[in-house]
Amino acid sequence: MRHEHIETNSGLMILLILAVISIGGLVEIVPLFYINDTIEKVEGVRPNTPLEVRGRDLYLREGCYLCHSQQIRPFRDEWLRYGHYSLAAESQYDHPFQWGSKRTGPDLARLGGKYSNQWHVQHLIAPRSVVPQSIMPNYPWLLTTKLDYSDVADRMRALRATGVPYSLTQAEYEANVKKFGQTVADQLDISQAEANLLKEARDKNFDGIAGQVTEMEALVAYLQSLGTMVNFGQYNDDAFVKFR
Amino acid sequence: MSDPTQNAQPKPGEVQTTGHAWDGDLQEYNNPLPRWWLWCFYGTVLFSVLYWIYYPSWPVGESWLKGVGTVDYTITDKQTNQVKEQEFRWNTRSLLAADLSEAANNEKRKAMLAQVKAASFDQIVKDRHMMDFVRSVGKGLFGDNCAACHGSGGQGVVGLYPNLTDDDWLWGGAMDQIHQTLVQGRKGYMPAFGAVLKPEQLDDVAEYVLTLSGEAKPSEASARGKEIFHGPIGGCYYCHGADAKGVPSQGAANLTDKIWAIADVPTQKTLQDKKAVVKGFVTKGVNNTRIMPAWKGRLNDDDIKLLAVYVHQLGGAK
Repeated sequence: MRHEHIETNSGLMILLILAVISIGGLVEIVPLFYINDTIEKVEGVRPNTPLEVRGRDLYLREGCYLCHSQQIRPFRDEWLRYGHYSLAAESQYDHPFQWGSKRTGPDLARLGGKYSNQWHVQHLIAPRSVVPQSIMPNYPWLLTTKLDYSDVADRMRALRATGVPYSLTQAEYEANVKKFGQTVADQLDISQAEANLLKEARDKNFDGIAGQVTEMEALVAYLQSLGTMVNFGQYNDDAFVKFR
Repeated sequence: MSDPTQNAQPKPGEVQTTGHAWDGDLQEYNNPLPRWWLWCFYGTVLFSVLYWIYYPSWPVGESWLKGVGTVDYTITDKQTNQVKEQEFRWNTRSLLAADLSEAANNEKRKAMLAQVKAASFDQIVKDRHMMDFVRSVGKGLFGDNCAACHGSGGQGVVGLYPNLTDDDWLWGGAMDQIHQTLVQGRKGYMPAFGAVLKPEQLDDVAEYVLTLSGEAKPSEASARGKEIFHGPIGGCYYCHGADAKGVPSQGAANLTDKIWAIADVPTQKTLQDKKAVVKGFVTKGVNNTRIMPAWKGRLNDDDIKLLAVYVHQLGGAK
């Protein structure tokens, strides 16, 4: 094929350009799909409960990810401020992952359990009432809007299609019992989604309003779960160096 | 379009062209790259090869080239408490482990921490170096763990989270009391008197409480309130004390100073509004809203000790 021939046929040139520039991507990216050694073997990571699933949806709806990342990098300053760096294993059920790319606000990867539910409610309604220098917007409607959980089972079914082990059949349920234990497996049962959501809301009452399931309830439930699944106390500080 | 046949051979001293001629006579010079530039380019190629050998690089099959570079670090085994020397291949995680174990100030920090750990609260306060250490480390700990509620300067939020910079302490402001508050957490509780007292009695008690700090002048109502406060019907003195100066072991507030932790009295303009605020708390009580979490288990014992001293020196310590 002569040089001139290619230069004078734009269709052919486009195809050849695409072929050339895709080499870099193919060589660098495709093999990553086959590398499993980088996912750490840790205990405790589980898919979200139905209430947390809805909370995560609200996290996306309100655009929290635009200002908050969920990825602690392995740097000394981040280790000291936020805690243990994030593991790949911790976002294995996160579709799409919420690593984010901008920290206008702080990283949220290990937010769970750090503050009380009451603080979260107050902070989401009026951030400056607890952090005067904050520039975060107010989200007062979260506490006044009832949570729509009618489609939570469908949402879990959609996540299941992406590979999250929510169970539809008895066999899947039993596999979950084996993998996560009875308590977690019950939460992952899609047929019980709505009942589980209501029970968690009633038992833990994240929004502080008894007998009501607000959007605040779901969002705080999700925030309180962030980064809490792996108990890093049982691992040495260099336990995860071999996965990189 | 291009016509290579028009490609004229360069005469000596003329710059070579690329050989294309566009639109009949439009040609392009072909200047060779400067020699120094070319060698720099070859240099970068060589650098990339060395980089690729030393650091982790290409994915290959189900693994990746891991590089020959290594990192040394020391690590404390959490089970046996033994300090181990480790060598591992270069990656960002082993680099962090090295950074954590060998950072420039680490030795100094460890030595100071050991000194603070061994010292009593009184010794720490009297030692300028230890206090400098407490202030610098404590600021980070406080900012990360306490500031969300108590504010970055410890000023708190009226009605929600106590101010730590004044000398009014619900659970005691001595260092060992602050330490205990940090270790075990606190849960503020005041019973609701809405069902116990009649509305007019609630008014009287509220008025009496306001006279204690000079917000209201003594009156007939406040005299009736005083009876209830100190008598068996209200029994407020059980927790707030006979002198109403509060009882730290109960977490009961001092009502005789002008500092209000929960009821936002100072910003109310009229006596009626002030009374209404106080009456509101007497009626409903305080339950499940004033919770200080326990930090034992979340922070290590050394950090808690440092924080107790740090909070104590914020300004309003006793």
